[in-house]
Amino acid sequence: MSDITKQTLSELVENVKNKKLSSEEITKAFIQRSEKSKNLNTYITENYLDALDKAKKFDKNPNMNLKLPGIPIAVKDLFCTKDIRTTAGSKILDNFFPTYESTVTQNIWNEGAILLGKLNCDEFAMGSSNETSFFGNVQNPIDKNLVPGGSSGGSAAALAGQLTPVTIGTDTGGSIRQPASFTGTVGLKPTYGSCSRYGIVAFASSLDQAGPMAQNVKDCALLQEVISSYDSKDSTSIDFKRNEYSKELTNNIKGKKIGIPKEYRVEGMPKEIEELWQKGIQYAKDCGAEIINISLPNTNYALPTYYIVAPAEASSNLARYDGVKYGFRAKGKNLIDMYEKTRSEGFGAEVQRRIMIGTYVLSSGYYDAYYLKAQKVRKLIKNDFDEAYKKVDAILTPSTPSSAFKIGEKKDDPVSMYLNDIFTVPVNLAGLPGISIPAGHDSKGYPLGLQIIGKAFDEQNILNIAYSMEEKINFKNKITDWWIK
Amino acid sequence: MGIDLKTIKHISKLSRISVNEQKAEKLMNDLNSIFEFIEKLNELKTDKVEPLTSVAETTLKLRSDDVKSQNIRDQIIKNSPQDNEDYFVVPKVIE
Repeated sequence: MSDITKQTLSELVENVKNKKLSSEEITKAFIQRSEKSKNLNTYITENYLDALDKAKKFDKNPNMNLKLPGIPIAVKDLFCTKDIRTTAGSKILDNFFPTYESTVTQNIWNEGAILLGKLNCDEFAMGSSNETSFFGNVQNPIDKNLVPGGSSGGSAAALAGQLTPVTIGTDTGGSIRQPASFTGTVGLKPTYGSCSRYGIVAFASSLDQAGPMAQNVKDCALLQEVISSYDSKDSTSIDFKRNEYSKELTNNIKGKKIGIPKEYRVEGMPKEIEELWQKGIQYAKDCGAEIINISLPNTNYALPTYYIVAPAEASSNLARYDGVKYGFRAKGKNLIDMYEKTRSEGFGAEVQRRIMIGTYVLSSGYYDAYYLKAQKVRKLIKNDFDEAYKKVDAILTPSTPSSAFKIGEKKDDPVSMYLNDIFTVPVNLAGLPGISIPAGHDSKGYPLGLQIIGKAFDEQNILNIAYSMEEKINFKNKITDWWIK
Repeated sequence: MGIDLKTIKHISKLSRISVNEQKAEKLMNDLNSIFEFIEKLNELKTDKVEPLTSVAETTLKLRSDDVKSQNIRDQIIKNSPQDNEDYFVVPKVIE
């Protein structure tokens, strides 16, 4: 029983279908391990009793044709789940019970999966370390007092700590790929428009995408296949032919052209990251890919662009939290005073900072200098990728400029925290798919990830490259269960 | 170009977030260091660049204007901090 939680999603599905394991046994195993792992602080809301109930129901009348038959899954607390508390890691939504279900989670339940609980994340997904959550920081299972990354930090930690077989996160500037890299797991940010944004608490609507996080590429492909769908309830959802990613997965990538962008060799990048990248290039060659040097000349401008566009959209999206229709309300002398106190007490420091930045860059007299300028540079960044993809099929880079850092290390220096996303942000700005796979360890034994960036709608291709490289890399995550007494 | 306390107060008013002196000071310092980093964009000449409006170059789909949610007053009121069963209640607006 104890080794149930060690199994991959694909193994669990296989074992359910062969009747070697019941949904109840699996659900119990993950609940028991989660109960013993409370000090990781991965869960904001537990759904254990309901999960067990659903598991028993599934076992009574199992449908083995489903893709996730009776599999318990915990999800980031940014997805609205009907009648189950959804907080977005914020005090302002501390007591919010959605009356509807997000399309992405509905797609998961439609395939037979069962909700285990809602996972911790940075407040409104604004953060790179899970330290901005109203519900406290999350411990990385890799080592004590290490951040799991963010914003999908609870998701990454629960996955690496084997508290859920797979999970989903959201990625606005790296929030799936960076925590995957920090925890030795696989995380995919799909093409913008691949997964519906309906029912996901909005941060920056032109950048937000939901995506799968898993222990390996095959599981990641299976979950992507489940969550990606055209949805008329999201006007930016795109109607394109979606693959059966897991079925069409192949490790044959002979002749694929993989680009290495020289601008990602940033100043001050640790030697270990450069070495990892070189190793990655060798792995890709060993898999039969052709390596081509490319240039993405405007890479350096991606972060400043992001820190205009994302806060601008956030300031607009978060205007809805006024203490009237739902969420936390503070007492005020009059209506305006109530608004101002509600937002001042309900939002944390980072969220307030970003609302302020966004309000400023959109305010009269500054719009052209900041927001319009940023949208122009965003176009240049997208053009860089379009140009590169005339020569290559995919691009290989490190996922992050460093391994996971200590809790508290960067908390008081917003710019240094923002620099974490230097390799992931350009992908969101251009709306492309990107996957992070674990590729090695640094001298401290902490995992490091490589990122493969694809053309729009070409998830299958980057999954294949990741699958092929994964075999060669043969990464083993070092999880010692230090947090279980 | 620095952001001064007066500007911080102005943005806080626009954002409907109350700030006291201490918080304003902290926000001023944070925003100045962030904007110092953002000013890097001025190195680029963008006079002739069209701004990006959407990463996905698709046209929005049309749909018929049908009513899909009816009789959901309870659902809408359910999460309100204060209501009288039919309406959201807010502090008095008219004297």
